[in-house]
Formats: sequence, C-alpha cells, structure tokens
Amino acid sequence: MTLEHLPALQVMVPLAAAPLIVLLRHAGFAWALAVAASLFAFGASLALALEVSRAGAISYAMGNWPPPWGIEYRVDALSAFVLVLVSAVGALVAPYARRSVAAELPREQHYLYYAVHCLCLAGLLGMTITGDAFNLFVFMEIASLSMYVLIALGRDRRALLASYQYLILGTIGATFYVIGVGLLYLATGTLNIADLAARLPEAQATRAVLAALAFITVGVSLKLALFPLHLWLPNAYAYAPSAATAFLAATATKVSVYVLLRFYFTVFGAPLVVDALPVPQILTGLSIIAIVSASLVAVWQADLKRLLAYSSVAQIGYITLGIGMATRDGLTAAVVHLFNHGITKGALFLLVGGIALRAGSVDFGRLRGLARTMPLTCLGVTLAGLSLIGVPGTAGFISKWYLVLGAIEAGQAWLAALVVLTSLIAVAYVWRFVEAAYLSEPGSGTAVAGEAPLAMLAVSWVMVAACVWFGFDTSFTVQGARRAAELMLGAAP
Amino acid sequence: MPAFASHYTYWITVLLMAAGLYIVVARGNLVKKLIGLSIFQTSVYLLYIAPGKLIGGTAPILSEAFKVYSNPLPHVLILTAIVVGIATLALGLAIVVRIREAYGSIEEDEIVAADRDAGDRE
Amino acid sequence: MKREPVLRVVGKLLIPYMLMFALYVQFHGDFGPGGGFQAGVITAAAVIFYALIFGLPAARRLVPEALVETMVAAGAFLYMAVGFAGLVLGGNYLDYFVLDPDPVAGQHRGIFWVEIGVLVTVSGVMLKIFYMFAGRGRAV
Repeated sequence: MTLEHLPALQVMVPLAAAPLIVLLRHAGFAWALAVAASLFAFGASLALALEVSRAGAISYAMGNWPPPWGIEYRVDALSAFVLVLVSAVGALVAPYARRSVAAELPREQHYLYYAVHCLCLAGLLGMTITGDAFNLFVFMEIASLSMYVLIALGRDRRALLASYQYLILGTIGATFYVIGVGLLYLATGTLNIADLAARLPEAQATRAVLAALAFITVGVSLKLALFPLHLWLPNAYAYAPSAATAFLAATATKVSVYVLLRFYFTVFGAPLVVDALPVPQILTGLSIIAIVSASLVAVWQADLKRLLAYSSVAQIGYITLGIGMATRDGLTAAVVHLFNHGITKGALFLLVGGIALRAGSVDFGRLRGLARTMPLTCLGVTLAGLSLIGVPGTAGFISKWYLVLGAIEAGQAWLAALVVLTSLIAVAYVWRFVEAAYLSEPGSGTAVAGEAPLAMLAVSWVMVAACVWFGFDTSFTVQGARRAAELMLGAAP
Repeated sequence: MPAFASHYTYWITVLLMAAGLYIVVARGNLVKKLIGLSIFQTSVYLLYIAPGKLIGGTAPILSEAFKVYSNPLPHVLILTAIVVGIATLALGLAIVVRIREAYGSIEEDEIVAADRDAGDRE
Repeated sequence: MKREPVLRVVGKLLIPYMLMFALYVQFHGDFGPGGGFQAGVITAAAVIFYALIFGLPAARRLVPEALVETMVAAGAFLYMAVGFAGLVLGGNYLDYFVLDPDPVAGQHRGIFWVEIGVLVTVSGVMLKIFYMFAGRGRAV
C-alpha cells in the first residue's frame, strides 16, 4: 500500500510534521520529529528514483480525481533527481541544526525553527513533485514564506532587512509566475503541466503564450537569482542562521532551476523556446555576466558567508549557461551542476556554521590561523573549495567537464574556454580562505574554543565526502542527469 | 474602438499592476512598499476572474433553468492566491515591526544609512 | 474604551451575531460565497472587536495565547488527518470518495471536516497576529 502512495507521502510527511511540532512545543521533540520527517522524505525520494529508473514516470492523482481535472503528482527522471538532492540536504541539515540552532536562537524559538524547516522542506519537495502549474505556485509560496521566516531568525539585525528585501522581490517573482500561468490558462483552458504541453502547440506563438513565457521566465529568474535579479541573495545568505543558510543555499535556487527547466522543455517545448526565440542567447549572455561579475565581487568580500553567497550567484550562472546551450550535453551539465553545486555549497555552509559557532563570526579577520585550532574544518572547506573551482577528483570537475563538452557540441568553443578561465577566478577567492586559515598568524581577535562539535563536523564531512565521491563515481549523477536531459529534449513528458 | 472599450477589465488590470510595481520601487517607506505589493497582487486577481465570467453565464451552481455557467475554477485559484497574499502581507508587516524595534525607523534610506555607519565603525 | 456606554452595549449586541454569521458563512460555502477562510476571519474579527472595546487582557482571558497557538496547529493537522483518513480507507491521499459508502456523501463529509480545519487554523492565525502586534510595547 505504501509504495503506490509514496508520491503523496513524500510531501505530506514533512508537511504534517510541522503542525505536530507546534502542538508538542518541546525543543527536543521538535528536533527529533524534524529529523524523522527528513529521513523519511529522503528514503521516499530514493525509492521513487529507483522506481522511475526501473519503470518510467509515475503519476499520482490527488484525491482520486483523474488528471487533468484533478491535481496530479508526477515523478519523472528530472523531478526524481531533484527530489533526491533536496531530501538528502534536508536529511543532513536536520541533525546538524541541533547545535547550530541552539547557539544562534533563543530557546523559546527552537521548536518554531524546526517547524518552519519542515514546512520549507515540504514546500520544496512539493514544488518538485507536482504536475499542476498552480499547485506549483502554492508550494512555491509555502517554501518561500518559510524561507523568509528562516532568514529573519538570524542573530544580526541586518537579517531582518535582508528577509524583507527577499520577501518583496520573491513575492514579485511569484506573482509574475502567477500572471504567466494565468495567461497560459486563458490560452489553453488547463493547468495540468502535461496537458498544457499537449495543448500549447495549437496556441503556438500567439502573443499571450509569448507573454506567458516572458512572465514565467522573469518570475522564476527572481527566485533562482539569475543576474541581474540576484540582489537579495548575498544579504539573505550572509545574515540567516547557519543551518538555514546551508539548507537554502543547497536547495532553494536549485528547485527554481527545476521549475525553469520544466516550463521551458516540458510545457513550452524546445522548438518554441530554443529554435524560434532568442532565449538561449539571452540566457547565455546573462550567465556569462553573472559568472564573471559575481566571481570577481566574491574575491573582495570581507566576510566568508558573503563570499560564498556571491560564489553561489556565479555557480548558478554556470547552471543557466548549460541550459542556454540547450544541447544534450549542455542540459546534462546543467542538471549535474545543479546537484554538484548543491552538495558543494551545502558542505561549505555547514562547515562555515561550525566556524561561526566556535569563532563567533566569519569575518576574515577572525579566520586568521584557523587551521591550528580547527584543522578538520579548514581541510573540509579547502576540499569543497576545490570542488567549487572544478579540480579533477571533485564533483565540480564533472560539471565543468560536461559544460565544456556541451559548448563544443553546440559549436561554441569560446564558451568552453570561458568556463575554464572563470574557474581561475574561483581559485582567487578559495585562495583567500586558504591563505587566511593556513598561512596567517592568529590575530588578536581569534580566540577559538577548538574544533566544531562532533555532530556538526560529522554531517559536514559526509557532504564533503560526497563532493569527492561524486567526482569519481559519477554513475548516479551523470546517468540521472543524462536521463533527465534526454527526457527534456525528447518527445512526451 | 468597441474592442478597445470592451477590454476595460484588462486596462484596469494593467493600470493596477503598473501602479503597484511603481509604489514598490519608488517609495522608501517599508509599509508603503508592502501596500504597493498588495495592489500589484490585486491586479492579478482581476486578471484571472474577469475572463472567467461568461456573457450570459450565471453562478456556477447546477440548476435546470440555466445552460451557461461562469467558470468556477478562477474563483478557486484566486481564493488561494488571496490567502497567500494575506500571509505574505502579515509576514512582511511582522518583519517591519521588528525592523522598527531594531532600527527605530521604517524608512529604507535611514536603515541603510544606519547599517553603513555601523559597518564603518566596526 | 469600555467606559463608553454606546460602544459597550453595541459590542455586546453585535458580537454574538458576528459569530453566528461566521458559522453561517462556514456552512454555506457549498452553496454560496463562503467557506472556512472567510468564516475564520469573521470569527477572529469578532474576538478582535471584543479586544478593542474591553481591552487586550480581557480578550486574553477569553481566548488564551496557548489556545490560539494550539488552534493554529490543530486545524492544519485536522486537514491533513482527513487526507490520511482517505489513505487509510483505501483511496488516495485526500480522497473523499471513500469516506462514506456513497461517494457523493463522502465528498460532503470530506469537505465539511476540511473546512472546519481551515476555520480553526485561520481564526487562530488571525488572532495570533493580532495578539502579537497589539501586545508589543508602546515604547516604540
């Protein structure tokens, strides 16, 4: 009985955990429930991914109303891949959060933090699994509102303004998305994604459909922090609680990339988006600006979290660069980098959370000589930094490799050269950390109480190990991404 | 001219959309930005509901006497969207209350200046 | 404000009718404009009206903070419990058809309980927001 209802349980178990946590109100139980729900979600996503790779796409009718009348949950190669990433990060951050949240939030708020974490996880999972365009908006707002709350819980008062700015920009983005879906509904009469894909060719390239494409692009780009709509990201990541930043950096923008892919290739279809419209060129141009400018800005940051936030904007540029190539290898690269960047940034922010716990802040002044007191953490950051750069032997290299292959396949060798050159800028900002931690003398402000707590360190190192593992064993990531890319470029959803 | 005039709901939608976005961008007061956001969201509700009414259509309750019904789906969608909008507004106002307590002001330029001064002093 | 005789009397006259109207709107969601969200807001408005006239401490005695927080979570949980009931009884999640031997009656039953969950949560949330905003210090 359970396996056939797994698509519903995937989202509903974390979602049901949230009010349960609020009812129980005890911080310890709250954490335990959050961990249990996240682990269940991870197990469910693995089972679904296995089933999809074996038997093809799964469709689940909510409330037993057959699609397209009712809301349908649809797990195919692309959504199963993203589900595994999101639930894996959620399952790792939940146990980690115990020490981190205890250090950064007052005790009365702990159970609320875990409730909102479960809501955010449910929202992100729901966004990925749903097959209905308006249901996607509902889950998008569940996830976004939870994210605004998570960010506003930060210690620094600047977290409040960061959350407010993200709220304004994020709500504008979501409303643009709703406008786009409304125009699509007016043009076709349906909200089901598969049904939209079937009916859109008749309404092809009318002004309403083109306007819908434009609105959805801008709306989702606000959520995925594509240049120039990325202005909310550095502040939000820098001032949020460390566990929240780790969770958001690894999942929020990735799910928005998934939404973009879903709409471009399943709903509108590659013939309209890639061949008839200059969308790939626009995406490529914006991605290049994002990569170069954000990487350069990252080099000059005074704060490690802000540096990593700008690095995120640049890495998202790589993902959209892969989408802009719109070839099989390009899309494979985009989906692979979605996963690899998720685990890399997740690992980095988890480790930085440990530093924040012990050192009090992550200002570069505080980090001088950190390697003496926190050797394992600094080694982890260095390894994950190598993955950011794309050194062979790490997950980041696999993404860059496929980006280069995709560029060559698209006949644009200069893009391949660009990918390699911009990785050198990443060397500059990773080197800043290495220099401060390993090669500097501890200054006056660096009174550090030793290595991070074991629970936090263990979880962070699981992520770091994943960065290295997926650099060597690419069967899951590359095959999953390739299947997703072929699905998108192929025939029916 | 008739087509232009009969699309008056769309003109109102566009006007509200533009007005809402302008307020969000042009006003520095945090509460006013939220009000602009609400106006922008209201225009979207109109975008969905106005085309749902069919000419000669009645309320979507089954009855022998009527053959043409207005579309009930946009109403359901907009109920959901209104609730989401209210939740966003409530959350935004809660954040503004806390900003007021932390900074003493709800004008964006004053808050940014306060952060800059605090950053210079660090 | 409770010294004002007009406000006090009118308040005492109106509040029961507001609550009655909220229940009317709740149960007529099937046949006319209404449903859980609207009814929840009207219920909360009645309690907020009481708080405005008779003071926040009196309202807090009437509807305590702990009850409000429980309402917020319990309503959402009730909604999801109806969904899980559909699972347990053999249908899909949120399947109302299996809640009763007659599928149409099952739909009625499912929507009835789901809307009650919505009523409880929405009125709880609106009251919580009011308590949070009104209860903050006036020194700001």
